[in-house]
Amino acid sequence: MSYVKRFSRTERMFHWLNALFFFVLFGSGLVLYLPSLEVAVGRRGLVKDIHFWTGVAWVGALALVALAGDRRGLLRTAGEIDRFDRDDLRWLTGRRPAPQGRFNAGQKLNATLTAALTVLFVVSGLLLWLGERDTSFRFASTVVLHDGLAFVAFFLLLGHLYLAVIHPATRHALRGMTVGTVSVEWADRHHSKWKPE
Amino acid sequence: MSNETPPSPRRSPEEHDLRIGRAVFLAAVAGGVSSLLWGKAAWDRVSGVVSPVAETLAPVLPSSGWRIYSVADHLPTFDPETWRLQVTGLVSNPLTLNYQELRALPRVEQVSTFHCVTGWTVQNVRWAGVRIADLLAPTEPSARAHALHFVSAEHPYHDYLTMRQASLHDVLLAYEMDGKPLSRGHGAPLRLVIPDMYGYKNVKWLERIELLPQAEDGYWETLGYDRDAWIGRSNGYGA
Repeated sequence: MSYVKRFSRTERMFHWLNALFFFVLFGSGLVLYLPSLEVAVGRRGLVKDIHFWTGVAWVGALALVALAGDRRGLLRTAGEIDRFDRDDLRWLTGRRPAPQGRFNAGQKLNATLTAALTVLFVVSGLLLWLGERDTSFRFASTVVLHDGLAFVAFFLLLGHLYLAVIHPATRHALRGMTVGTVSVEWADRHHSKWKPE
Repeated sequence: MSNETPPSPRRSPEEHDLRIGRAVFLAAVAGGVSSLLWGKAAWDRVSGVVSPVAETLAPVLPSSGWRIYSVADHLPTFDPETWRLQVTGLVSNPLTLNYQELRALPRVEQVSTFHCVTGWTVQNVRWAGVRIADLLAPTEPSARAHALHFVSAEHPYHDYLTMRQASLHDVLLAYEMDGKPLSRGHGAPLRLVIPDMYGYKNVKWLERIELLPQAEDGYWETLGYDRDAWIGRSNGYGA
């Protein structure tokens, strides 16, 4: 079976660092959020610090990978994700055939929303942190936004995990994100407009 | 690790390609940031409409249900055998109560809403406990006592109310919440409840109440919060 390269080392690093930081943030966030976990764990100050500084390191790590890695490649990828053609619109509205490029329209939307969630998590998280120190940074809705984002991110992640790990037709994609390559035959079937070189 | 991204499809940019990605990204960010102004009101309305569902899910929904906030490494544990409440300071008869004696004081019940300064709210909490006046009566407070110092077993947490604030009609020393003895996370066995002020004034795990000439800064006030924590009129909210 022959394989083609789908994701560069920079892209994979970016993805897995994002995943790693997300899980630490989600776990520590749950401890701060759910009363049962909060009572069982205690040490709220420590968990808060872990949560906050993990968030800071998350942004720093992603920025570092983007700057030290293949910057132009990432920008090209962002361009691909930004652009939706007619087939993408057909794909989104359930019409077929709708041949897809390296990313299908759903993947583009997932990446876009994930980027937006990241920005909003950082903004609302900083506001929570600052608001505790200076009441002029307080908004009554900051905590609603931050908690709401966690819900959206959680369900987006569930869908993503299902397609990447469980769903038989799509889970081959996981190989692209781990070793970087996918089979030519699978790429033809799912991403027929993609012309890897 | 450079120059290894597989080249994207090399087709000439087609005119009918839409830049939907950035539009979705910007719309989501703008919607999210603007929700800082309308999120809580909208959520309160939505959660009111779907109340049967919301009530079941309340513990995990954004901005409804309790969050357990604490400042020490471990939450205090309550032992009914050894627990004592002390009333000290400007009184003629300092008082030490055990849990049974506390429960023997005149019991009152009330339903009130709890607001946290960080933005979450719990509607219609059913409290039971004793009024501060009933606790203080036998101690004969001095005329010089104008404030109460509430000391938590969760050191170093503590806070103050003026006598006037403490005598508001719905200020309570609560030992029951929603029909059950106060749980550990909520300050077992006794906490202060002052519905007109944000949660940080509602000191949990009470172990001592001290009568003083005047109020001072409590735990969060020394970190910049307002001493008079009126809901909607303090801590940067309201005018």
